[in-house]
Amino acid sequence: MNWSKLNTLFPSRADQPLLWLLRLCALTAATVVLLILTFLVIESRPALRDVGIARFFGDRSWHPTEGEYNFMPMLSGTVYCSLGALLLAVPSGIAAALFSRWYAPASVAGLFRRLIELLAGIPSVVYGLWGLTTLAPLIGRLHAPGTSLLAGILILALMILPTIALTADAALAAVPQAYLRGAAALGLSRWGMISGVALPATRSGIATGILLAAARAMGETMAVLMVCGNVVQYPDSLFDPVRTLTANIALEMAYAMGDHRAALFVSGLALMLLMLAMVGAAGLLSRGRRYA
Amino acid sequence: MSQSLNDDLNRFDHTVDPEMDNSAYTLGPLQAGPPCCHPRPLIRVEHLSVRYGEKPALEEITLDIHRGCITALIGPSGCGKTTFLSVLNRLTDMIPGCRVAGRVRMGSTDLLHPALDVQALRREVGMIFQKPVPFPLSIRRNIELSLLEHRITKRSELDGIVEQVLTDVGLWNEVKDRLNAPAPALSGGQQQRLCIARALALEPGILLMDEPCSALDPIASGVVEDLIQRLRGRYTVIIVTHNLAQARRIANYAGFFWVKERAGTLIEFGQCRQIFESPNQDLTAAYVSGKRG
Repeated sequence: MNWSKLNTLFPSRADQPLLWLLRLCALTAATVVLLILTFLVIESRPALRDVGIARFFGDRSWHPTEGEYNFMPMLSGTVYCSLGALLLAVPSGIAAALFSRWYAPASVAGLFRRLIELLAGIPSVVYGLWGLTTLAPLIGRLHAPGTSLLAGILILALMILPTIALTADAALAAVPQAYLRGAAALGLSRWGMISGVALPATRSGIATGILLAAARAMGETMAVLMVCGNVVQYPDSLFDPVRTLTANIALEMAYAMGDHRAALFVSGLALMLLMLAMVGAAGLLSRGRRYA
Repeated sequence: MSQSLNDDLNRFDHTVDPEMDNSAYTLGPLQAGPPCCHPRPLIRVEHLSVRYGEKPALEEITLDIHRGCITALIGPSGCGKTTFLSVLNRLTDMIPGCRVAGRVRMGSTDLLHPALDVQALRREVGMIFQKPVPFPLSIRRNIELSLLEHRITKRSELDGIVEQVLTDVGLWNEVKDRLNAPAPALSGGQQQRLCIARALALEPGILLMDEPCSALDPIASGVVEDLIQRLRGRYTVIIVTHNLAQARRIANYAGFFWVKERAGTLIEFGQCRQIFESPNQDLTAAYVSGKRG
């Protein structure tokens, strides 16, 4: 029997319009992604042709108006900011989820969850504004100038924490009650149950949340632009200003022309490839998932 | 009394089939523990009542669980048998609104005392559920998990216990080459035996079994039933079962539960043979003969 022919299973043709609607939606989504990628490649072509890929990594500095195109400092700025934010937000996000799921009394847990949801809803420019007027001066008191890699990391961590906390919370909520009973019946403590059963069982759900959060951290533009100081350099310490690739595009797009403009598209393309690589790596990791 | 004692002894011997190959098991049948026909109460339950919120689940249960014996609890669904088991290892603590009244003592320990170390209790009183619940971990890790919590961390010691309990449940030869394989990939019967092995690893004195065979096919069910037979003497087993023939085959004592005025009550408790062959209550007679329930 040909199972792919749906009407052998469902003789009714009532779902045909729905089927076509769904196909159209899927096609649209897929096409848009491909179009954006194509557009990025086309717009980057002049730079890739005239400047060449190697110079984006090998030039002395980023002075596009003078023909220097090294965007590595900004790529590293993006990576440092995102990694730092993940380093802070992953443990605290998971801890927040564990707290609201198993440690907090029901009334506190509900309120806490609402607050985390609220945190997720704050627009990034508001985070940036708060970072610029409050956080950066505070850091500045420790070490001038204040707008720095550290400020970017802290703001980003705050922004991606709700994503991690909420996805982890949803994953933990889906742990079958039978596991919890089984663990309790074995005399496991609450933490023994969490670390031995609940967290391993929800690994893929939590990893999805972390992936989403990482993508948001790498793509975030406005808030980091406002708090990072935007100096194109490899940071020597957490207190040095940095510029991320995203911030660079936003800052220079308005006046960039010719190869400079194309170079910005190249950096956009690089960002997208980085993201693709990350998603691919996550896919590989989850496929090779081993049972501990 | 002495007559029934002898009867019990005789029946005991028949439960061990001399033809059966027991070499795969380290648990020699009846090697350890006193024969359970000398009734030595291990757990005494007096006037136990359980309520879920306002809804009564169990009313006025009084019975003794004897050391080294298999006690079967029979009765229709919803008559509180599972609730009774959960009282004995205090899993009732996990149910919001559950209130337990009465006395449950093991030796001199009050099992209902609020300050009781329930983790220690649950290590002493293992539980097997109706549906096997292997954790989504490897076979080895499923067993080690509770041992690690127990502060047993030496590799050699852990490996020894894993092999020991898997051999005890007759699973060692089936899984010894794939201890790191995911436990949920095992068949249903293997999963249930793994769960029993996991409980045995903590060296409990008592095993609570909540319909351990009802989610299994007849062959797997038979394997698990044989295993339960082998546990007699060394462990005190309390088993809830809807399979009357199974209860009759394996149990030394039987308790018959029934729903009265929307709460589960114990209608009759006694030696298994007496419950099935000469019950004192008409209701019991009707149930075990299949006329009611």
